[in-house]
Amino acid sequence: MAKYTEDDLKVELENKEYEYGFYTELESETFPNGLNEDIVRAISQKKEEPQWMTDWRIEAFRAWQEMTEPEWANVHYEKPDFQAISYYSAPKKADPNKTLDDVDPELLAMYKKLGISIDEQKKMNNIAMDIVVDSVSVATTFKKTLAEKGIIFMSISEAIKEHPELVRKYLGTVVPQKDNFYAALNSAVFSDGSFCYIPKGVRCPMELSTYFRINQAGTGQFERTLVIADEGSYVSYLEGCTAPSRDENQLHAAVVELIALDNAEIKYSTVQNWYPGNKEGKGGVFNFVTKRGLCEKNAKISWTQVETGSAVTWKYPSCVLKGDNSIGEFYSIAVTNNFQQADTGTKMIHLGKNTKSTIISKGISAGKSQNSYRGLVQIGARAENARNFSQCDSLLMGNNCGAHTFPYIESKNATAKIEHEATTSKIGEDQVFYCNQRGIPTEKAIALIVNGFSKDVLNKLPMEFAVEAQKLLEISLEGSVG
Amino acid sequence: MLSIKNLHASVEDKDILKGINLEIKAGEVHAIMGPNGAGKSTLSSIIAGNENYEVSEGEILLEGEDISELAPEERAHKGVFLSFQYPVEIPGVSVTNFIKTAINEKRKANNQEEMPANEMLKLIREKSELLEMDRKFLSRSLNEGFSGGEKKRNEIFQMAMLEPKLAILDETDSGLDIDALRIVANGVNKLKNESNAVLVITHYQRLLDYIVPDYVHVLMDGKIVKTGGADLALKLEEKGYDWIKQEQEA
Repeated sequence: MAKYTEDDLKVELENKEYEYGFYTELESETFPNGLNEDIVRAISQKKEEPQWMTDWRIEAFRAWQEMTEPEWANVHYEKPDFQAISYYSAPKKADPNKTLDDVDPELLAMYKKLGISIDEQKKMNNIAMDIVVDSVSVATTFKKTLAEKGIIFMSISEAIKEHPELVRKYLGTVVPQKDNFYAALNSAVFSDGSFCYIPKGVRCPMELSTYFRINQAGTGQFERTLVIADEGSYVSYLEGCTAPSRDENQLHAAVVELIALDNAEIKYSTVQNWYPGNKEGKGGVFNFVTKRGLCEKNAKISWTQVETGSAVTWKYPSCVLKGDNSIGEFYSIAVTNNFQQADTGTKMIHLGKNTKSTIISKGISAGKSQNSYRGLVQIGARAENARNFSQCDSLLMGNNCGAHTFPYIESKNATAKIEHEATTSKIGEDQVFYCNQRGIPTEKAIALIVNGFSKDVLNKLPMEFAVEAQKLLEISLEGSVG
Repeated sequence: MLSIKNLHASVEDKDILKGINLEIKAGEVHAIMGPNGAGKSTLSSIIAGNENYEVSEGEILLEGEDISELAPEERAHKGVFLSFQYPVEIPGVSVTNFIKTAINEKRKANNQEEMPANEMLKLIREKSELLEMDRKFLSRSLNEGFSGGEKKRNEIFQMAMLEPKLAILDETDSGLDIDALRIVANGVNKLKNESNAVLVITHYQRLLDYIVPDYVHVLMDGKIVKTGGADLALKLEEKGYDWIKQEQEA
């Protein structure tokens, strides 16, 4: 029998196209490239926004113009030309008032390719989907079921029109317009995103889910997500992403704001598998995201993320633990392969008394990639008895990748207890041989070892997401050992 | 069952095996003994397909089929099992999950359906009882924080689950106290039948008190220099290896 060597396998996998790399022919309406106040106004007008919203965007735009792109992250890339990007693209035929039957059949076909056929999703009665294709929210399901509980789950554009009092009260309160370069850009030009409000004392009966996807060539995507959990409420929110493969780098600069009022809890889970670029490091998505949550008294926010995609990732889901006894959690798996670069981590800002935070970060690097954990634990002067536990583990595959850890700790209160643990390990040939000897082929063995390494985080994901995440880990690391 | 003909092998250009001939029939237990550095563990690694060794000459036949070009997992699917001298740790992967994956990969390779969960559980229960293993043990991460005895018991547990045709026990007795040794040996003896074979690689004779070999081979400097019955092991225990060396030189 001819021997199928690991080299053969490597070649086969390298030739394998990015699984979600197809392009759907949709008639789109796209703005000309470039950014100025007129474009910002035009976006706002296109979306029929009230004056206060237009003003808010303009304010952000003016701030952005004064800012420069940050360079402190451990990533190297050619900076995007912000004047070469089109800031608005919407599938022409999309109309929020249409029913599913009216939706562009090509769009439906695209969902099917992605494995998220809405028909199926509807039947899976536990998930409500708000699907964002490029910029406009096309289909919202389960609105009725949610409405009965008083839960608002809609695109942020709709929310600006239908619930301006809520949006106006909370938008930009956790991530201000001027927070950072990308957040300012997002504030000026965000095209769409999701809005969610859980009323007092309501436990959201299903996992809320959004799929983002970048479709049109050369369009940046700037989603804006705002989740408000009113006093004593609970919500679990899932965000998943895929993007078709393209040669030029695509910019993605999202902002997510979470607000957990007294005694509320928000669980926010992300699976991100945007196009990482090809094996030579060409193309791929630039993912510059600002995610932050605010906890009032006794509130809790958990961020769980599985990051396998994007050429460059710059992302630090954070918690501001403002209220006494509030809790922040961050569970992360970041996988980089080939030429991917990830600089990701979290910030836990302890302001209230007896606040607690937990950070579990698992970085997996393969190929020639660079994977950095960057985290800040900050204990304010008034934060009596604050506690933090951080654990950062790195797993290396091969000799050409890098893992880096940048933990920052700032404590202004002597009663704080802060623990930090870090490990770095390598997948050993002896581990792989052991698995092989038991009949487990190398690819499967790697998946097994990686899943074992990531278990603490995978366990935090909702069931249906955990399965998908496991598959993604396998796909992302295919061919990485040879 | 296993037939090794004129096997030469090296690692990093250093010759380790220099013409091994070995014939093991179904139903037999063979032991290979020898001083440190004789090539005992190299032989077991090569039969299992470890690619760190270069086979320069000779062949390894399993049931008449040359397996020397097959990948380690393909050999495993055909029924080769190696109980490692130093089993590796795989954090986060439970003993149960690991053995379940191994069994189903083997079945897949042999065009069989995955083993139904209830059947798997029954088998796990049965085999873990055979090796007097605590149920809690099965949900622990593979070999992580295991004592020497637990590691070896876990190896034999996996062997029991996989029911190999040829089981190679590489220094299975090292690190075992007398009770663990008895349990492990008892497990091996119960699994032994007319259609499989066992190759015991050991430094000391004491394991052979429990697993009685049909043949004992002495491996020295990459060659099998002497073959005898179970009594040869006793003689080696008593007199060491020097007399064989002298016999060779004479």
